Amino acid sequence: MPLLQIRNLQIDFRIAQKNMRAVDGVSLSLAAGKTLGLVGESGSGKSVTALSIARLLASPPAIYAGGEIVLAGRDVLQMRAAELRQVRGGVVSYVFQEPGASLNPVFRIGNQIKEALQLHRPEAATAAEIIRLLKLVGIPAPATRVKCYPHELSGGMQQRVMIAMALAPQPKLLVADEPTTALDVTIQAQIIELLGQLRRQLGMAILLITHNLGIVGDIADEVAVMYAGQIVETAPARALLQRPLHPYTRALMKSVPRLDADVNRLTTIAGSVPRLGAFPAGCRFHPRCPQGRPECSQTSPPLVEVESGRRVRCPFWNVAT
Amino acid sequence: MSESLLEIKNLKVYFPVKTGGLTRPKDFVRAVDDVSFTITPGETVGLVGESGCGKTTLGRAVIRLIEPTAGQILFEGENLAHLKSSALRAQRRKFQMIFQDPYASLNPRARVENIIGEALDIHRLTPTRAARRQRVEKLLLDVGLDAAHAQRYPHEFSGGQRQRIGIARALAVEPKLIVCDEPVSALDVSVQAQIVNLLRDLQQEHGLAYLFVAHDLAVVRHISRRILVMYLGRIVEAGESRSVCRSPKHPFTQALISAVPVVDPDSKRQRIMLAGDVPSPIHPPAGCPFHPRCPLAEARCKTEAPILRELETGHQVACHLAK
Repeated sequence: MPLLQIRNLQIDFRIAQKNMRAVDGVSLSLAAGKTLGLVGESGSGKSVTALSIARLLASPPAIYAGGEIVLAGRDVLQMRAAELRQVRGGVVSYVFQEPGASLNPVFRIGNQIKEALQLHRPEAATAAEIIRLLKLVGIPAPATRVKCYPHELSGGMQQRVMIAMALAPQPKLLVADEPTTALDVTIQAQIIELLGQLRRQLGMAILLITHNLGIVGDIADEVAVMYAGQIVETAPARALLQRPLHPYTRALMKSVPRLDADVNRLTTIAGSVPRLGAFPAGCRFHPRCPQGRPECSQTSPPLVEVESGRRVRCPFWNVAT
Repeated sequence: MSESLLEIKNLKVYFPVKTGGLTRPKDFVRAVDDVSFTITPGETVGLVGESGCGKTTLGRAVIRLIEPTAGQILFEGENLAHLKSSALRAQRRKFQMIFQDPYASLNPRARVENIIGEALDIHRLTPTRAARRQRVEKLLLDVGLDAAHAQRYPHEFSGGQRQRIGIARALAVEPKLIVCDEPVSALDVSVQAQIVNLLRDLQQEHGLAYLFVAHDLAVVRHISRRILVMYLGRIVEAGESRSVCRSPKHPFTQALISAVPVVDPDSKRQRIMLAGDVPSPIHPPAGCPFHPRCPLAEARCKTEAPILRELETGHQVACHLAK
């Protein structure tokens, strides 16, 4: 039994009296101690999927329209408020994109970590434990830093504090939603390294949400690629980066400029990411697909296992281009 | 070397830090500290660095959107640094800017025709309404939009399309230089490539020069002929983009390049992990500003500031140890 099993998840947003499906039939599974990378562009539904794991989406406007999210053996979508409070933080913790916006600006960081401890491990809400957590995430001079306010720390240090807070209740799953997007590449490398190291040390699973395929290769075991509310490809990270199968994944990888190559023109994907409520009929990628055929606009292709451990939502994945 | 379009000499931009009360400011943020470089016509120069290193301030000071504290900005030989506002406005036709955030840089209440047309009006480039309309439609077609888009408002466009409108606005006055400040970093990966290709096409068509400011080294390397690497207000390495990326000389550039995530899982690259954060530009470290984070730092790095020196033809480095 995997730690997290999402089956056929469907999430709608009710906007102007209309239900718009943001997540359409997403299934994911993540084993304890493993890392899953969920990759997609803006509007692909990756963050909505991630937030739904602890039922963090405000409802309304969000509607959990179907499917199940089984976390450590229990369906989150069926839980009552008291149970949810234990799961949030206790089983699954979050680290978000903007550490500056996620920390409370008027409390010292030590107190913010203490709050997480008091809620889930009241016996451990001590100064020594707070300092141990700050040391664990690599903050220098933790004994003096506990007294700092968030604005006294750099972006990278703030993100380390966020990670310390997320780790305080000893969760089994850490959801990191674009944890390095607001940071410099030099700091990004530090944070990704830290996440990998903590996973090995603490044995927790990580769900990493990102738009950057390069980060996925550094840390993830498995990858799922999302486009317009659906998963279009899942594969072991290495296999996906070596040989992407879905036309979208292939095009996405080719459109990233590379440091080591002299190319005159970048390969582009025509058009732009479809907006919520305006997803095309048939295959949702077909208007932008370099291999699109007339039938692609008619039928919506299913996600099919094409090789061991690899699933692709495109019937023409092995047609030579 | 051919005649330069833009020559920056010893440019400094200091921001005073308030000390409170009526006292004069004691401290300064040295956002740009003694920077010199040139751009030749039709060339792209990339400017990279971490956030807070002063690259945006430098990009803006070059076209006097921020007042420089000292130094010279020679545009086609004329010093812009001390021009009065009316004389400066006349010069502004020659250099334009493309901004990072396509959502914040277009007036939400103006139609595209007027967003682009305003630049034409200020410089009195189109005498009649018909000529103005024609020119706007031509510009929209040039940047890959439709002539009919002229009557729409910014909210009707996607991020990539808005950035195209921003580019059309910059092109309207036929500038010779465009400062691009992180023009693609707010866009989706699949749209980034479209905009980068468009900028290259327009450059060839119109003979534009770009100062391309960005933190993404891969994008900068792709579009630039030369790269300047900035650290704490100073240029620490400058050279042809190929040689800077293939054989970086400064330890900071080496770390920066090694930190760029690569999609190739078989890459045999050794990652250099930099300890710590960017130091405060108010009290920069003595000696080499990079020494507290430098894996190679020696005793003299703590006391002696290295100057930018030429190691190979066209490749300059500010490091005592670089060979």
